[in-house]
Amino acid sequence: MTQEPLLRLEDVTKRFGATLALNGVHLDLRAGEVHALMGENGAGKSTLMKILAGNIQGDSGRIFLDGREIEIRSPLDARAHGIAIIHQELNTVPHMTVAENLSLGQEPRTALGMLDRPRVRREARDKLARIGADIDPTRPLGSLSVGMQQMVEIARAVSENARVLVLDEPTAALSRAEAQQLYRLIGQMRAAGVGLVYISHRMEEVWQLADRVTVLRDGGYVGTALMGELTPEDVVRMMVGRAIGNLYDHAPRHAGAIALEVEGLTGGSIGPVDLTVRAGEIVCMAGLIGSGRTEVARLIFGADRRTGGTVRVNGRESRPVDPYAAIAGGIGMVPEDRKVQGLFLDHSVERNVAISSLERFTSFGVVQRMAARSAVTQQMQRLHLRQDALDLEVKALSGGNQQKAALARWLMRDSKVLVLDEPTRGVDIGAKREIYELIDELARAGKAVLVISSDLPEAIGISDRLLVMREGRIVHELRSADATEEEVMSHATGTAARQAGVVQEVRA
Amino acid sequence: MIDNGKLAMAPTAETRAKRPFDFAKWWDRIGILVVLAVLVLLMSSIAPNFNRVDNLLNIARSISVNAILAAGLTFVILTGGIDLSVGSIVAVAGVVAVVLAIAGLPAPLAVLAGMIVGAACGLVNGALTAYLALAPFIVTLGTMTFLRGLAYTITAGQPIVSSGLNFKDIGNGYLAGIPAPVIVMAVVYVVAWFLLERTRYGRHVYAVGGNAQAARLAGVRVDRITTSVYVIAGACAGLAGVIFAARVISAQPTAGTGYELDAIAAVVLGGTSLAGGRGRIIGTLVGSIILGILSTGLILLNVPFFRQLLIKGVVIILAVAIDSLKTRSLPFLRRDGVTA
Repeated sequence: MTQEPLLRLEDVTKRFGATLALNGVHLDLRAGEVHALMGENGAGKSTLMKILAGNIQGDSGRIFLDGREIEIRSPLDARAHGIAIIHQELNTVPHMTVAENLSLGQEPRTALGMLDRPRVRREARDKLARIGADIDPTRPLGSLSVGMQQMVEIARAVSENARVLVLDEPTAALSRAEAQQLYRLIGQMRAAGVGLVYISHRMEEVWQLADRVTVLRDGGYVGTALMGELTPEDVVRMMVGRAIGNLYDHAPRHAGAIALEVEGLTGGSIGPVDLTVRAGEIVCMAGLIGSGRTEVARLIFGADRRTGGTVRVNGRESRPVDPYAAIAGGIGMVPEDRKVQGLFLDHSVERNVAISSLERFTSFGVVQRMAARSAVTQQMQRLHLRQDALDLEVKALSGGNQQKAALARWLMRDSKVLVLDEPTRGVDIGAKREIYELIDELARAGKAVLVISSDLPEAIGISDRLLVMREGRIVHELRSADATEEEVMSHATGTAARQAGVVQEVRA
Repeated sequence: MIDNGKLAMAPTAETRAKRPFDFAKWWDRIGILVVLAVLVLLMSSIAPNFNRVDNLLNIARSISVNAILAAGLTFVILTGGIDLSVGSIVAVAGVVAVVLAIAGLPAPLAVLAGMIVGAACGLVNGALTAYLALAPFIVTLGTMTFLRGLAYTITAGQPIVSSGLNFKDIGNGYLAGIPAPVIVMAVVYVVAWFLLERTRYGRHVYAVGGNAQAARLAGVRVDRITTSVYVIAGACAGLAGVIFAARVISAQPTAGTGYELDAIAAVVLGGTSLAGGRGRIIGTLVGSIILGILSTGLILLNVPFFRQLLIKGVVIILAVAIDSLKTRSLPFLRRDGVTA
């Protein structure tokens, strides 16, 4: 404790207009520790990170590196001080190769001043080898999974001899195996004396990884403690200012008739896939990233071209040639990336929610605005969304509230079948709980809900049945009540099949 | 005010009162009107004739062609597209209308024919953009050249003058003391405003421009909307072409040369984002008026034509610079959940 920390932030305050985003926040990071930074969305974590990254400057407060006060006025300053940030939204150029991305801004040149391509590749290979990542440096970065892209960013940070590494929700988009690889890498860096700030909403991984935790709430500093001194419940209480009960508790549900029936669905590298979801049932598709879950959802919804198979809703064939047809057939989908695929960030909540139900409020092409507004307001009340948000731009909402707006679109349409792709990604724990309750409520109201989740405890906790996908097919089905994470993982990775000697084909 | 989730979660009277002046929001709402007001004040103080009713009506008439083009273009730009061919459509539509009128087609039908020709050109632009997924800049650059060539071909490169042109009143007539083109322009803007602000179609246009991928997944038939906005821009250009031909009582193969750039300037000046999804039709009207007042005012001030161009260029860049200043401050104002 007496040892001078590697990085120390003292009394950092930042104001955006009238909003106090950070109010007297402290953080001290020691060399060779993983320091978790926790707090709900809007607590100030990202603002703090942006200050460290040099994207913005604090209004007051001091930053010390090795006991010497420093100023971080730009991202270049941050880099010069050995501070690297791995952002949630990756900071890379997707159509350039891995090697080109790794040499970005410091490309080696030949004697003639031309780009020295062999050296670019060689250096990239070295950089990747240093973190033990098995990635072909000649591939375009965009063709890699999110997890591998993240590895490339970490390789870049390590190659620049970063002493402070900030990771913002690094596992949000990773499969279990990729996350494990990241954990190992974090361990290596810790051993090498790097100070790591780790931002995550996932309690278990924080407990697994972190040495200490600092909690922020509403821009204020709540406290710092050794992980061993706290229980997860303590941290949640610090984050939300109140206790939260068991996340996945729900009364038993009763499934009705088959609402969604998918037979022999193929498209791209997917399928054939058969599955059914009953009215009042929540079915979760589990599997690794790249196992084809999102693709199946998009095929059901008509977002990608289907090469074969049928999709029936309540016994009637829905011809999902495009999302318009699927929606008319009674299907609604909340896509994986709500910002890119789900929402109109610059438009009001009202417009975002009403967009798919406009015909209800339209006579002769004219939108009855009052009717639309009151219907959206109703959905917002149901979702506990701020009432004053009706005319706010969606981008002004927190992640959780954005997700609620995306869900509200289909609640308003009263779709019979809901496909929710990663509904709680990037959402804080309070909003997560509300979304679970909402999904439960929807099932109870007779909707058939098909959820995709990479968060295994969540997938098991909220669903009635699990469909495990691997390589574009459903390889196993199990009741959630009997499922263990290990069992699901073994099917998702194929180890169960190898043990049994045959691939288990399960017909729903 | 774009603000942080939790503060807005409990917006008290106190926090509202304490909100500092937000330039971005303010400029979004009335910035362009302030520019217009300043311009009007400036003009009326240095050009004593400026405020006379006949002068104002003259200005209104002189902007009508550009304003009608810009109205149609607003639809296209709201979807994130661009249409460079509207100037050439002005020529083709004018030529076709005049030729048909000379051949004996009644005036209303000749006017309609001009609009239909424009809409047909727009359909080609739209279909190529939407269904072949070609970049609209390139598609309309191609049709711009092609249609200009078509206008020259039909007229053999010579203006077709028709002193008894049956639809010349749409360019030169008056109704209750108001020039006919001004009335047409007003009708175009009322219809455009209604479509964009009050109909489902308008919401779909904004949705496609705001996020085409999200629009598709929300059940908007993006291809159809995309095609339709070019048809609207084409029809508006056709109408503008007919008015132009009526004004000069002839079919000019060179009509509308460079008009697409004036129309784009009016749209952008009016605050519509070239990226799509943001903007208002009223802004486009104000943008056209500003450009019109500027031209007329500079003529009243006896500024030589060459220098008028210098001043116009500066004004356009200034307006866009203020706009960009506004968006540049956005990252500091914008705080969404994931990054909060």
